[in-house]
Formats: sequence, structure tokens, C-alpha cells
Amino acid sequence: MKFVSEYRNPEKAKLLAEKISHIAGDTPMTFMEVCGTHTMAISRFGIRSMLSSSIKLLSGPGCPVCVTPNNYLDHSIALSNLPNVIICTFGDMMRVPGSTSSLERKRAEGKNICIVYSTLDALAIARKNPESEIVFLGVGFETTAPTIAASIQMAAREKLKNYSVLCANKIVPPALEALLSGRVKLDGLLLPGHVSAIIGANAYNSLIEKYRVSAAIAGFEPTDILEAILKLVTFVVDKKSGLHTSYVRAVTDTGNEKAMAVMNEVFELCDSNWRGLGNIPLSGLSIRDGFSFYDAAKKFEVDIEPTVEPVGCKCGEILSGIALPVDCPLFASKCTPENPVGACMVSSEGTCSAYYKYNG
Amino acid sequence: MCLAIPMQIESIDGDLAIVNVAETRREISVALLESPNIGDYVLVHAGFAIKKINEQEALETAALLNEMLTK
Repeated sequence: MKFVSEYRNPEKAKLLAEKISHIAGDTPMTFMEVCGTHTMAISRFGIRSMLSSSIKLLSGPGCPVCVTPNNYLDHSIALSNLPNVIICTFGDMMRVPGSTSSLERKRAEGKNICIVYSTLDALAIARKNPESEIVFLGVGFETTAPTIAASIQMAAREKLKNYSVLCANKIVPPALEALLSGRVKLDGLLLPGHVSAIIGANAYNSLIEKYRVSAAIAGFEPTDILEAILKLVTFVVDKKSGLHTSYVRAVTDTGNEKAMAVMNEVFELCDSNWRGLGNIPLSGLSIRDGFSFYDAAKKFEVDIEPTVEPVGCKCGEILSGIALPVDCPLFASKCTPENPVGACMVSSEGTCSAYYKYNG
Repeated sequence: MCLAIPMQIESIDGDLAIVNVAETRREISVALLESPNIGDYVLVHAGFAIKKINEQEALETAALLNEMLTK
């Protein structure tokens, strides 16, 4: 597969890992990635096992499903109870435990809940079912947010009356700031390749300057990730800070300006609650007043059950890099992919899920 | 959820396009791209093309990396 296979070359990966070890030596360094797809790729390709033990690669709050608090899931579940509502959602939301139930369980009880690959599918369902109300669960960072914004624009253009979005989209840079000013000392950041393809490398400049940290924007194949780590290690050893775009085939300085414009037309910034990081000002996206007809939170009035957090679950600490999955007393015992207690175990991009499946 | 697949644009019809990779064909939206062209490689995420892949940059950095690693 073009633009994929070349970046899975085992010889190149081996050479990169050797170069990293050669440059890093015994110097301890801690890097964090903040992208659920990186979390999975790093575990799946065994990246940690290729690096010397002095290099710590932590997973951060990169899984949008994992950082979305229980209250949102409870709200979605409450909406599913309304007559004529069809909930459309990305697949990884289905098994995430809410306070007392999950979307999967509601579907088993007969509620109308549909897994979709794209908001385009949700729009098609809305057109085919004019007597139903379609609610799309909008979870994701800047890679996904423009696709959700575009669907609202399309609904508005078509004057579609039965489509709305329950928006929980978040943006990454404020979370990075929270991490950099937080408890865990970081020598560098592995930045999300596809979020960066949208927002552009320049979006990180002020953070890099303020915190004098090193950062590399990485793609998702093994040699992409190793190349970015090589750059981070070089920055640290040279005692320099800075930003390197390692994923040049997809990331430019200004990103995808059209996608950003679509996002900005439909969404505005709001304060947002992140599991593990707490409330972060201006880190979430909410639907602007001009599109409030498509805002499921305003369109429907429902009673949401009081939030119950799972006892003993360390998702919050794992998401902020303070703990590893193995530090959680529930990991691989009470909490497994078949019977997840927290979002980090059930999401396809959750840290606990990655560690469980691939052993670190 | 940042999974995006590099696919090639086969045909374009307004905001929709047919893209393919390894014999798989799909209809996606190009509403988020400025001037998509037939033959462009694009990253496809959740049914939308989100960025054109810069083939030139890809080749250049691959060459640079090879040079560095084999020194």
C-alpha cells in the first residue's frame, strides 16, 4: 500500500532504533504521546521494546473517547430513551461504560443505536427516516471535528429537520499546556500527525516557546514514529528545544485552512472537562448559536442520571501519564476488554486496551 | 480516533469523489479539501479527505533518511 508499506520497512526500523540508542546512550528521558492512534501503534508495533530502557514513552490523554467524562455517555443514553430517536455513533463509544449502562446495553434493550463510519452515513440515515430524529455523537479532536462541522453545514444547506449533534469535541493544544504545566516532567512531546495535518505545525509554536520543550509531529507507521523519537532524542542530547515536523508528507505549517474554516464557522471554543486533567478553559468545541437547531443538547430535554465514577479505576491518572495501566488494581483482573470498568480499556485507542492487547 | 488511510482520487463529482487503495473503492467527501484533483493521494478519515499527501516531500525525506541511516 502506497504511503504505508514503505514506512513499515523492518530494516529501516532497526537502523532507526540503533541510531536512537547510540545518540541517547544512558541519559534518562521521558516523552509523551497525546494521540490514541499513536498509543495503539506504539504498542502494536512494539516500539517500546526497540528503545533502550532509559527512554520512557508515556501515553497521555490522546483518546477522545477516554477523556470524555461519564456525564456525556449518560446524556447519550438518556437521549436513546426518547421515542423516535436514532443514535448514530462511531463504534468505539458502544461499549464504554456510562454511570449505570452503556450504549451497547441500550441497543440490546431495543433502543435504536447505529454504528456509523462517517457523519455522511448519519445524514443518509436522517434522509431515509424523516419520521425519526437522528442524533450523532460528536466525539473527537481536530481530525474529526471538521467532518462533524461539515455534516452540520450540509444539514443546514439541505434544510434537514431531523439531524443534530451532541457535541463533545475537544482540541489538543490546551491539553498539551495542561500537561506541560502539570505533575509529570516531560522532556518532549510526540505530537499527533493527523490533528496536526488539520491545525498545522504553527499551532504549537507559542507552547514550544513558553515551555522550552522539544516536540516532533509524527506519522503513524513504525518508521514514522521512530524517526520522530530520533528527533526528540537529538533535541534533548543537544540541550535544545524546538518543533520538528517529522510527518512532512501530511503536515504543513498552516495545515488544512479550509477544514479549519469549516470548523470555525460551525463551532466556537468553550471550557471543557477532561477525564484525568479536569476542567481546561477553551479546550472544547460547542455549536454556535447560528446552528443551534442542530445542537442535540438544546433540541432535546432529558433527565440525565447523576454521574457515578467506577470505584478503583485509575483511568484519570493513566490519561495524564501519572500512572501506567499496570499500576491500576483493576487492570487485567476486574477490568478486561471483555468486561471493561473504564473507558481506557474498552476504547480502540485506550492506553489500557493497548497494554492489555500488546503487553506494553 | 485519528486513523486515516492514504487513498488515490479516481473521479470527482462536486463534493464527492471515488477513491481507491489496493482494489478497494470508496465514495468520500472532498468538501474539506481545496482543489482536489484526480490522481491526488489523500488521507481519508471518517468518510472525508482531510489532507492531500505531498508525494514530493515524502520522496525527499525518505531519501534523506536513507542517507543518514546508511552513513
